[in-house]
Amino acid sequence: MITNDIVLLLKTKFTEHVIVQVDENASPKAIVIEAANLLDVCKELHANEKTYFDMLSCITGLDNGPEAGTMEVVYNLYSIPYEISLMIRVVISRKDPEVSSVTEVWKTADWLEREIYDMFGIWFTGHPDMRRILMPADWEGYPLRKDYQQQEYYRGIKVEY
Amino acid sequence: MANDIQYRYEEDNLIKSEPNKYREEDLRSEEMVINLGPQHPSTHGVLRLEVVSDGEIIKEVVPHLGYLHRCFEKHAESLPYGQVIPFIDRMDYLAAMNSEHVYAMGVERMLGIADKLPKRVEYIRVLVAELNRIASHFVAIGTYAMDIGAFTPFFWLIRDREHIMRMLEWISGARMLYNYMWIGGLFYDLPVGFEERCVEFVKYLRPKLVELEKLIIENKIFIERTANIGVLPLDLAINYGITGPMLRGSGLKYDLRKVDGYSVYPEIDFDIPVGEGKMGSVGDCWDRTDVRVREIHESLKIIEQCLQKLTHEHKRTREFDPQELVPKKVRPKAQDFYVRGETPRGELGFFFRADGKSDVPFRCKGRSCCFVNLSVISELAKGSLIADLIAILGSIDIVLGEVDR
Repeated sequence: MITNDIVLLLKTKFTEHVIVQVDENASPKAIVIEAANLLDVCKELHANEKTYFDMLSCITGLDNGPEAGTMEVVYNLYSIPYEISLMIRVVISRKDPEVSSVTEVWKTADWLEREIYDMFGIWFTGHPDMRRILMPADWEGYPLRKDYQQQEYYRGIKVEY
Repeated sequence: MANDIQYRYEEDNLIKSEPNKYREEDLRSEEMVINLGPQHPSTHGVLRLEVVSDGEIIKEVVPHLGYLHRCFEKHAESLPYGQVIPFIDRMDYLAAMNSEHVYAMGVERMLGIADKLPKRVEYIRVLVAELNRIASHFVAIGTYAMDIGAFTPFFWLIRDREHIMRMLEWISGARMLYNYMWIGGLFYDLPVGFEERCVEFVKYLRPKLVELEKLIIENKIFIERTANIGVLPLDLAINYGITGPMLRGSGLKYDLRKVDGYSVYPEIDFDIPVGEGKMGSVGDCWDRTDVRVREIHESLKIIEQCLQKLTHEHKRTREFDPQELVPKKVRPKAQDFYVRGETPRGELGFFFRADGKSDVPFRCKGRSCCFVNLSVISELAKGSLIADLIAILGSIDIVLGEVDR
C-alpha cells in the first residue's frame, strides 16, 4: 500500500476535506491534516486492517517562528506487518497551541508528547500526565521556540555560559 | 554580588524543580515513596526513580529525567550539518559510531549522494559500527551482571572491550567519541595493518564469548535473578514503540538492518536472534540479555565478512580517498526527512526539516531509542520486588546521555 492508497482510504472513511495536502517532497511521504481530525485519523490508521500502523516511531514538534505564527507536530508512523511508513503533519496556531493526544492509540506518545510540551509549550489535550520531562518543573519558557529568551539566573546560577 | 554565588541553597529547591508525582497525602497508609538515584550506580547514570511501594512490592515507578540534558536539539539548530556530528557522538556515548552512521546516512540521502558512496567507505562504516556494537553490548552485559551482584564478568568484558577501544582509537584518535564518519565519507581510511589486527581480534574473542556464556548466561544465580522477571509481552512492546534487543527479546524478528537494509547490510549474511523463553517466559530479562550475547556472535560474523571484502574486493589503493565525496557545503533541498537505523539499543531516528536556504538544519530532532525504551519501565516493574526493579532497569540497557540528549 502506497501513500495514495492511504489518502484514498482516509477520504472514503472520512470526508474529502480530511487531507489538506499531500507532501510528496517529504520522505516518507507526508499527509497534512487538520488538528481536529488527528485522533480519529490515527485511530483509523492504527485499527484498519489494510494499514495497521502499529508503531509510532517519532513525534517531532516544530516552531515556524513568530512571523509565520504557526507550529507543527509531525508524526512518523510505521506498520510492521506491511513495512510502510507514513508521516502525518498537523499545523496549529502559535497562540495557545493545542493538539489532541494520541496516547490512547500508542503509548509511545506519552513521553514524546511530554517532551514536546516541555520544549514548545504545545498542550496535548487528553494526555494523562502532562508534566515537564527534561527541564526542571520551574523553568521559565519553552527552549526550542524560535523566539526563546533564556532566563538570566536560575537559583543564583547564571544561565548564560 | 549575585555573580559570586554559584548556587543558592534553599530548602524547597528540589521540591520546586523536580517535584514528586505522588504526594504523601495521595498514598494509602501502607504505601511509601522511595527515591532511587539520581546518583546511584544501578541507575546507569543520572536517573531518578520515584518508587511507590507497599512493603517490598512496587506499586508504581515514576522516572524523573533531565539531569543530563545538554540541549542537543537547540545546538543542532545553530550548527551546520557537518558540525552536528560531535554532538551525535555525545548522545549515545557507548555506541557513537552507530549513531554517526545513522546521522551521516540521513544527511547523505537528503543531499542525494547516498548511492554514490564508494563500497569501501560503506564497508568500513559497517565494520566500525559493528565493532562499536560489540563494545556497547559488552558494557550492557557487564554492568547488568554487576547490578545483579556478579562482579567478575564486568572485569572480563571491560578487558575485552579495551581491545576494541584501542582499535577504534587507532582509527580515529579517540576512544569513545570518534567523529569518524563524515557526511559523504570518512575522516580517514583504515590505518595500515588494521584489517590484520581485526582478524586476530575476532579469533581471540570467539572463545572468550563461550567463557562469557558459561560465566553469566548459564549461571544458576543469574537465571534465578532474571528468568520470569520483567516479562514484556509483544503487543505491549510494540504499542510502547520498543525497539532493539528489547523488542527482539519479546520474540519479534525486527531489526532495521534487515528491515530497511541500509548501507551494505543486504550484502552481508547474518541472523537476527530473538528471545525464545528458554529459561522462563518469552520477553523476560534473561531473554533480553541472551539476545545481546547472541547478537555479539552475529556482529562478529558481519565483521569477518567486511574484512573479507576489505582485503579482497575493495582493497586499499593509493588512489582511494575517503573524503572524495565529502561536500564542501551541505545544503539540502527544502524537505522533511526522517531517517532511522539500528543502534545497539534500538531504532535511532533523526527528523530533519531543511529550509533549502541555509547550511543549518531548521530542526533536527533525535528520536532516542533509550528514551522510548525507558518509558515502559513502570509497566514492567509494577507488582515486582524492589530488588527486581534493578534487574529490570539493567535489562533495558539505557544510556542516560541518549535519554536526556
